[in-house]
This record gives sequence, structure tokens and C-alpha cells, in this order.
Amino acid sequence: MSPIDPESAWTLHPQVSVRPEPFGALLYHFGTRKLSFLKDRTLLAVVEGLSDAATARDACEAAGVADEHLPTYLRALGTLAESRMLMERAA
Amino acid sequence: MTTTAAPPPKAMRLVDHFELGLDAPICLTWELTYACNLSCVHCLSSSGRRDPRELSTEECKAVIDELERMQVFYVNIGGGEPTVRGDFWELLDYATAHHVGVKFSTNGIKITPEVAARLAGNDYVDVQISLDGATAEVNDFVRGPRSYETALRALQNLSDAGMRNFKISVVCTRQNIPQLDDFKEIADRYGAQLRLTRLRPSGRGADVWDELHPTPEQQRELYDWLVAHGEDVLTGDSFFHLSAYGQALPGLNLCGAGRVVCLIDPIGDVYACPFAIHEEFLAGNVRGEGGFRTVWRDSPLFAKLRSPQSGGACSSCQFFDTCKGGCMAAKFFTGLPLDGPDPECVQGYGEQLLAERADTLGLPKHSGDHSHRTSPPRERSGTGPVRLTLSRREDLQAPPVSACAEDPLAGFTADFAEGFATKESGADRRHQGGIRSETA
Amino acid sequence: MSRSEQLVEPHGDVEDVIETDSLVEEVSIDGMCGVY
Repeated sequence: MSPIDPESAWTLHPQVSVRPEPFGALLYHFGTRKLSFLKDRTLLAVVEGLSDAATARDACEAAGVADEHLPTYLRALGTLAESRMLMERAA
Repeated sequence: MTTTAAPPPKAMRLVDHFELGLDAPICLTWELTYACNLSCVHCLSSSGRRDPRELSTEECKAVIDELERMQVFYVNIGGGEPTVRGDFWELLDYATAHHVGVKFSTNGIKITPEVAARLAGNDYVDVQISLDGATAEVNDFVRGPRSYETALRALQNLSDAGMRNFKISVVCTRQNIPQLDDFKEIADRYGAQLRLTRLRPSGRGADVWDELHPTPEQQRELYDWLVAHGEDVLTGDSFFHLSAYGQALPGLNLCGAGRVVCLIDPIGDVYACPFAIHEEFLAGNVRGEGGFRTVWRDSPLFAKLRSPQSGGACSSCQFFDTCKGGCMAAKFFTGLPLDGPDPECVQGYGEQLLAERADTLGLPKHSGDHSHRTSPPRERSGTGPVRLTLSRREDLQAPPVSACAEDPLAGFTADFAEGFATKESGADRRHQGGIRSETA
Repeated sequence: MSRSEQLVEPHGDVEDVIETDSLVEEVSIDGMCGVY
């Protein structure tokens, strides 16, 4: 599992339902029957901002992620990409 | 850019978070009816006969609407046998059209090739066929005559229709644990996913638990087998109490009752879990003001379950953090205290406690009993012939004599003649011919 | 200390403590006990 390329562009998979929670969020993929727990509200903000952001890096910055924490969030996005919660899109 | 900096990321253990509950369940079990064409000996819901108070089609749709609003992702529709409800297919379609993923649990009775084709066309439906033996002999002992045949026919029809990822769900017992490899072979044969689940002393399961629950050696065998098969075999997280053996099995590894899951029963009662159908675990009813959502959010029972639980007697055990004290329902129905070991605690603490228990007469009983009055159930053919067995009564020496017989020789037999010299009156003797006092 | 209190206390350098994908945890929808 690798972190996603910060310059790539992403969007939520259309079969994914997002349920915000106090601790972060629940993501359920109706196609794969997999559940992902986002354990951080900032990560939720990043995920929700992905389709509007030019790049993953931009989405992280818009959500207020500090530079030193960027790798952590890119790794988390990588996990979500691998389980097809996220889909890559044209930049 | 003047965006406010986000707080530094920190992850906490999900398990600890979920124990405090959520605003809506993640998934839940919905028993649609207590009616069933079978009478499995271990039925957790003591099903068989429909309850006259069952939710109507409109009431069911209202529940689905609520589940959609609450974003409940997945519902296991069971029963009884859910497909015997006339509106089953309508409700199934309604749920999937309203963003509620459905799995339904069935004995396969209605899974014809046509039905299988329809199911194969709906991406949001999962089907789970119940099977408790890899052979008819083992299966039918628990589930009744021809139930194995019915299940396998359903599996064949689903496979032929191109259905993918349908499940075969097994309740593990003393009798079928030797068949684990055979179950896997059956699943592979039909392109199905195998699911092994825990037998609990719930419903009619309480009556057969002593006889059918796995031995400690079999539990260990089961655990090792599950570890070897990894994510290939599902368990519904029903074996989290076995994580005390070593590595945890896949799943959340926690009791979800009232926290991430619950049960809605056929009459709208909401229980913490389908294995705990008892007043002690009854949170409310969906017919109440505020519907299901209010029960889930405001029920005092659920608030209690969502408060931090002390381990009680278990908290000093080094394995408590992994096994979490085991299954609440298993403890409750075997009469063990909820803040102590599971009856099948892998360290043996539960077994020890059960042995010390004074008597089994005071055990809590499953609320309500919808079991068929006769076993096996009669054919549901409406106005068909009543099945009778005609035979001779071996204890009768002569045809029965009516109490209204006027003939003084009625009931006369040779034996009777010998007794003639005694003081017994003829009236007393007459019944020796054998009057049937009960119908067969 | 209750278990919920234990979780809230930050400790040391957060960067060192956070594992690769600890912000995301995944499980099958079948992984919840109480759904038969």
C-alpha cells in the first residue's frame, strides 16, 4: 500500500456512502461491502474536498493540514484508494 | 492562504470508540416474520408460527425510510423464514431502492431459478443460505427432513443464475465441527462464500445448547481452522471470544449489541441483539412515537450498554482486552453474571462457573415462543387432506365397543367368559374390549 | 483512570506514534457481531 501522489486528482467512488461521526466518519462501499473508518475529522474534510480540489495536496491544504502532517494524510488516502473508496480522475 | 490549521492527527482504537455507541447503527438484523416452514432445533428466535401483531407492509416501508435517513448501510433480513411473507420481494426492492443494502437469510425454500435470476440482477442484495451439516444426515438432524436438499437446490439455482458472493452460513455445533473442510468444499463447488457462526443458548438453542455446543477441544480446532483460512471465511465476528487464544480473527472483535447493531423483531420490538430476545434487552418498539430512531438514540437500555463497561470479574484476566468478556447473550441464557466469563471462555473460567451453579431451573427464558405446536410442521397447503396414520392397536383383543352399545354381548371375549364367575359387573367388564379414549 | 480518559491524553511526539495507515481502519460489513 502506498501513499497517493500529492499531485494526482481524486474523487469519491459513486457507490460510497459517507456518514460523518464525532470521531471522523464511516465510509461504506455498496459494491465491495467494505467499511472504512476515518478516525479523524480533518481526514473527512480532505476526502469531501477531493473532487473540488485540483490535487490531493490542495485538498489537504484546504482542510488545514500542516505540511509536516501531509505524509500521514497521503498514506491514509492511499489506503482508501487501494480499497476503491476513492477513484482517480483527470487533473 | 488563511485556512485555520487543523489539529494534529491522532488515532484512537475504534473498539474503544464504538463501545460508547453511535448515532445510528452501522448494520442491523431485522426479523421480518416469526413464520417458518422449518422447525430447526436451535432456532434463536423460536420461530414457526406467524405473530398476529407483525408489522404491515406500510409499517415496514416506514422503517426502511428511517433506516435510509439514518444511513444504516446494511440490514440482515431474517426471521423465521422471511421469504414466506407475501410482501418480501416488494420490501427487498424498496430497501435497495432506498440506499439500504440488504442481506437476507433463508433456508432456500423459495429460491427457484426465476427468483435466483432476479437476485443475480440486483447488485445491492446479498443472499445467505443456512446449512448446518455438510451431509444430509448431520444437517437434517438439526434443521429437519429434506432441509439439506432444499438448501443445496437453492445453492445450485443461485450458482446457475450467475449470482456471485452468496453465502452459506453455518451454526457450528459438536456434530458439524468435524466437517469444516467439507463445508468449504461445498462453498467452493457453488462459488459461494462460507460463513461460520457461533451457536448460542438463545431461543430453542437453550434447549439443545448442552448437547450441541462445541467442546473446548473443538473450539480450539475451529479457531485454528479460521486463522488458517483468514478472510476467505466469514464469521459475522461471532467468535471474538476466541481471540484470547492468540491473534484476533478478522472483524471488529467486540460485542456490537446496542452500540453498532441491534435487532428489530417482527412485531417492531427493538432488542440489543437477535441472540438476546428477552425483556432485559428490550429497548422499545418502532411503533412508538419517534419510531426506530428515537429508540436507538434515547433508550435507557442502550445508554447503559454504551457507558464504559467495567470488566467485573474478568478485568484481572490478561486476555480481557481481547475477548472483552465474551457474549452477553451466552452469559445471560446460561445463567451466568454479565460481568463475568463467557460460558465458553477459552481459559475455562466459564465452564468452572457453570459447574458451580446450583441448579438450572431458574434460567431466563426467551421472550415469547412462536414454535410450531407440532413437529414437523404441517404442510401449508390450505385446504388439503389432514395427514393421518392408520394402524392397529396391539393392546386390543377385540374391536372397541361403544359406550352406547345396547347388546348385552358387546365386548364378549373368551377371557371375559372366564371372569364371569367373579363378582365384577358386566358394566365394568365391557371396557375390556378396548374403547379408544383418545384419537390418534 | 477510566479507559476513555486514557485515550485522550496525548503522549510524546504524535508523529512517531502514528503508524502508516492508522487514520483509516477497514473491516468487512460482515465484521460486526450481532448480525446473524
